[in-house]
Amino acid sequence: MVRFENVGLRYGLGPEVLRDLSFRVEPHSFQFLTGPSGAGKTSLLRLLYLSMRPTRGLVTLFGHDLATLSQDALATLRRRIGIVFQDFRLLDHMTTYENVALPLRVLGKDEASYRHEVIELLRWVGLGERMLALPPVLSGGEKQRAAIARAVIAQPQLLLADEPTGNVDPELARRLLRLFMELNKSGTSVVIATHDIALMDLIDARRLVLHEGRLHVYE
Amino acid sequence: MSMNDRDRPGDFDERRQRELRPKDAARDILPKSVTPIVPADSIAGRALVVVIAIMTFLGSLTLGAVVLVRASALEWQSAVAQEVTIQVRPVEGRDIEAEVKKATDLAVATPGVSGVRPYSPVESARLLEPWLGTGLSLNDLPVPRLIVVRMASDGAPDFAALGKALATQVSGARLDDHRGWIERMRTMARTAVIVGLGLLVLVVSAMMLSVMFATRSAMASNRPIIEVLHFVGAKHGFIAGQFQRHFLLLGLRGGAIGGAAAMLLFLIAGFVGDWFTGTAGEDQISALFGSFAIGAEGYAAIIGLIVLIGVVTAGASRLTVYRTLDSID
Repeated sequence: MVRFENVGLRYGLGPEVLRDLSFRVEPHSFQFLTGPSGAGKTSLLRLLYLSMRPTRGLVTLFGHDLATLSQDALATLRRRIGIVFQDFRLLDHMTTYENVALPLRVLGKDEASYRHEVIELLRWVGLGERMLALPPVLSGGEKQRAAIARAVIAQPQLLLADEPTGNVDPELARRLLRLFMELNKSGTSVVIATHDIALMDLIDARRLVLHEGRLHVYE
Repeated sequence: MSMNDRDRPGDFDERRQRELRPKDAARDILPKSVTPIVPADSIAGRALVVVIAIMTFLGSLTLGAVVLVRASALEWQSAVAQEVTIQVRPVEGRDIEAEVKKATDLAVATPGVSGVRPYSPVESARLLEPWLGTGLSLNDLPVPRLIVVRMASDGAPDFAALGKALATQVSGARLDDHRGWIERMRTMARTAVIVGLGLLVLVVSAMMLSVMFATRSAMASNRPIIEVLHFVGAKHGFIAGQFQRHFLLLGLRGGAIGGAAAMLLFLIAGFVGDWFTGTAGEDQISALFGSFAIGAEGYAAIIGLIVLIGVVTAGASRLTVYRTLDSID
């Protein structure tokens, strides 16, 4: 699904923040991406969600070499990836329902065709009563769940989550992890970037550990 | 895996089923209309409409003024160019009435002339009244007589031949075709129109630049929306289309407000002009500016300006979206 071979990344003329990264993310897999602050987790996630191109090495996603793809082709690939941002990035002028439905709306689908699906998912993540609420009035946990719902509504093959439990209490963190595992069970590959050791200890999953720009994989 | 029983993933299915039971209840509470992806109303958007309205108003005033000057200049020129004058000076020993008659006959016989009107002695005296006053007998003064020759609209009389014939056959006659006056008029009108057009180009350029910068500023607050759309897989064309549509409407709204205000001003000026009809002031103003009516041509030009503003605003937003997307990638 994702293949990195000798990938390096630098910003401008600065030093390489990622060095010789070689790993794969297999279909239906579940893994944590971890490492100390400044180790390059966010940079690696940005490469994974196609926000950047590597300065060297080969990245293939769903069998496509990223270096050869056009902007439109990248947008099409991005539709197969769900992203949960640490700062949620919900649109404040839209209701929770509309935020979650956004990926389907940009696909040009008719609202009537996805209404039931979105309502079902919102209930599933426990936001059935908050569908018409605007993000500014949602709690941190509710925003997090809305962001996760938006990331999975289009049934992505790969889910990337950046510190999804960073702003929530341990109980909610456990519930969110359970949600990710449910999604993984339904066939989505999951990569969770976190430095929450307690969260990672809850399940036995593969760990990708970044340290000083280099990656160590613990199966 | 070290999660307790309460947290088993299987519970999710049960809860999910339970929550889904009143399946359609929530559908009814969803609003019928969907919120636009780009917020319909924002402080930056309102400020942009105000900027566009003011700039369109100023641009429309300049445009209207140019149309007015051009129309007036053409009117002066054509009014003067449609007439020539034959002047018959009294010559000792000659009957001036007979000379006037001869000159009139020569003018009437010239092809391309639509009308000839010799001024009678009384009319000639009336022309001099503003300078000499009333009650004077002009019989003792050598007052020249005037014959006004009007050209047919499609005619081009041979004035050189007429001038020559008058000089040889009528004593004291001289043809004045106003050529010097027309030339001066033409130069003045051309200069006024060129200056007006120059001003219009400057005002419209300033208007375009300020609209572009105001659009870019308004777009800055929309960067998070562009980013989110980008990351949920929207293609660049889709994102640009959303903003372009929104800003086209903003531009047209601002342009319509400013343009309509300018049109209203021209209409009011026209009515005010009509009010003063017959007064000395109106004579002066209408001599300079015509009737203050910019006509269908002027109104069409203002509508064109409004459309141009809308297109520039939409184009600037599209360009900004692409720049933002480039900076994200």
